[in-house]
Amino acid sequence: MSEINEELVRHIAHLARLHMGDDQIHTMSGELSQIVAFVDQLSEVDTADVEPTAHALPLNNVLRDDEIRPSIKQSAALSNAPESENGFFRVPKVLDNEGDA
Amino acid sequence: MSVVDAVRECTNRIEQHDAKIGAFVSRRDADALNDARSVDERIAGGASSGPLAGLPIAIKDNICTAGVATTCSSRMLASFIPPYDAHVIEKLRAAGAVIVGKTNLDEFAMGSSTEHSAIGTTRNPWDLDRVAGGSSGGSAAAVAAGIVPCALGSDTGGSIRQPAALCGVVGLKPTYGRVSRYGLVAFGSSLDQIGPFARDVRTVASVLSVIAGHDERDSTSADKPVPDYAGELQKPIAGLRVGVPAEYFGDGLDPQVKSRVTEAIDTLRDAGATLVDVHLPHMKYAIACYYVVATAEASSNLARFDGVHYGHRSVGHDNIIDLYAASRSEGFGDEVKRRIMLGTYVLSSGYYDAYYLKALKVRTLIKRDFEQAFQQCDVIASPVTPTTAFRIGEKSNDPLQMYLADIYTISANLAGIPAISVPCGFDDKGLPVGLQLAGGWFEESRLLQTAHTYLNRTDHHTKTPELTGTN
Repeated sequence: MSEINEELVRHIAHLARLHMGDDQIHTMSGELSQIVAFVDQLSEVDTADVEPTAHALPLNNVLRDDEIRPSIKQSAALSNAPESENGFFRVPKVLDNEGDA
Repeated sequence: MSVVDAVRECTNRIEQHDAKIGAFVSRRDADALNDARSVDERIAGGASSGPLAGLPIAIKDNICTAGVATTCSSRMLASFIPPYDAHVIEKLRAAGAVIVGKTNLDEFAMGSSTEHSAIGTTRNPWDLDRVAGGSSGGSAAAVAAGIVPCALGSDTGGSIRQPAALCGVVGLKPTYGRVSRYGLVAFGSSLDQIGPFARDVRTVASVLSVIAGHDERDSTSADKPVPDYAGELQKPIAGLRVGVPAEYFGDGLDPQVKSRVTEAIDTLRDAGATLVDVHLPHMKYAIACYYVVATAEASSNLARFDGVHYGHRSVGHDNIIDLYAASRSEGFGDEVKRRIMLGTYVLSSGYYDAYYLKALKVRTLIKRDFEQAFQQCDVIASPVTPTTAFRIGEKSNDPLQMYLADIYTISANLAGIPAISVPCGFDDKGLPVGLQLAGGWFEESRLLQTAHTYLNRTDHHTKTPELTGTN
């Protein structure tokens, strides 16, 4: 249906937040082309007037009351964090210097 | 025999055999013995010891166990220690089961051979040069090798049934929503379901009664009563209508697998079932449909691995986008990256309608095929896999060939129906063949009765592997 070229693969890798070298982009481009060509067979199915199925059970809008209940402690929530500080997850700077001014 | 003795025998068998098989990612020998001791004390004290008291069980390593590493066989989660138990783990502990270790899988449950594991490849106990199947290959192999009587796996496109078939054990994927997914590391959230492996149907039925049931922490968990599945096993199958779909017996099916499955279906007929021809015309689109839906959901679910909250973090980055991308690129293996890429592509602007939305509509047609088939029959019988266990390395460089290994299992996940794999004989290389029985939504009782009746009339499931290679 559409051609998977290396430029498109670079764009997808960026959207997926994956770094890939030129070799990986080249390999991935070939593999994705093959898989997408296989998946393209879906286009031959007549789906006019067919509703999409997002999942198999007829469940909709399962809600609960918004009430306070026990949950894991802050220390447990942070226990697997690669870096934390003062009860927060620590990350590199998000905004550029210009943005801070 | 005390629970402590049973668990000690189990840990001895891991010690003795697992170096050859590679079923276990981690063991908890000392903790398992402590747990066993407290179950023994509960029994001695006359307290209610639970329906699974003393059952040693192995858990696929994508199911969260509080205080016990849960790696998903990925570098990304190499040092992740969950702060909470999955719903199924809470239920198993309360029922008196003893968790002896965590089992290997294809990274994040993405694969059909357990070769895509960052920990190592699990070997098939029937031929150590062949794959155990996947993604729950460790759980299937651990049960097949007689190391544990029971294990849990997860099934998104066949990941319980396919390794069960290739290893010659019983494996059940329940109806979507029957078992809470709370604490199961998400892959394809509309497809994932946890289920048991064992060498007999009774153990599978007993474990299902414990782990099934409503849990408000999983909004897709069904609020339906849970039968005593083991108590209902003896119900006769006389008059049962077994549907045989021609679509599952066509090109690509190994002739020996076909023969074993056909013989198994004849055994069901001899036991009083009536055979009915049914048709599932959209089944040929199931793999294409699945690889759009499952990868789309995976790309979204795995976005949470960002090097910030938990999991692998790359060092030396001074901006957050680089930190995300570097952490993910270092943490994920090739197959996971491939699926994230495909999923991102089918959801991306300009391709969403052509791929993702189209696949959801085809999914409706696949589900409708089953609705219509179950008006004519009670259970659908088919092969689980097109071939017996393939050689390690045979398909690992060809993603599409690997995907085709799931051709007969995937549609049950798309439709959400329960399906079970039961051992139905061997090919001329001595490799196990599986019979798949699929039922209507929440018809697990009927499936288990049918599987139990079949095993009572055959002895394939009583044979044990010698744990050797082809040579």
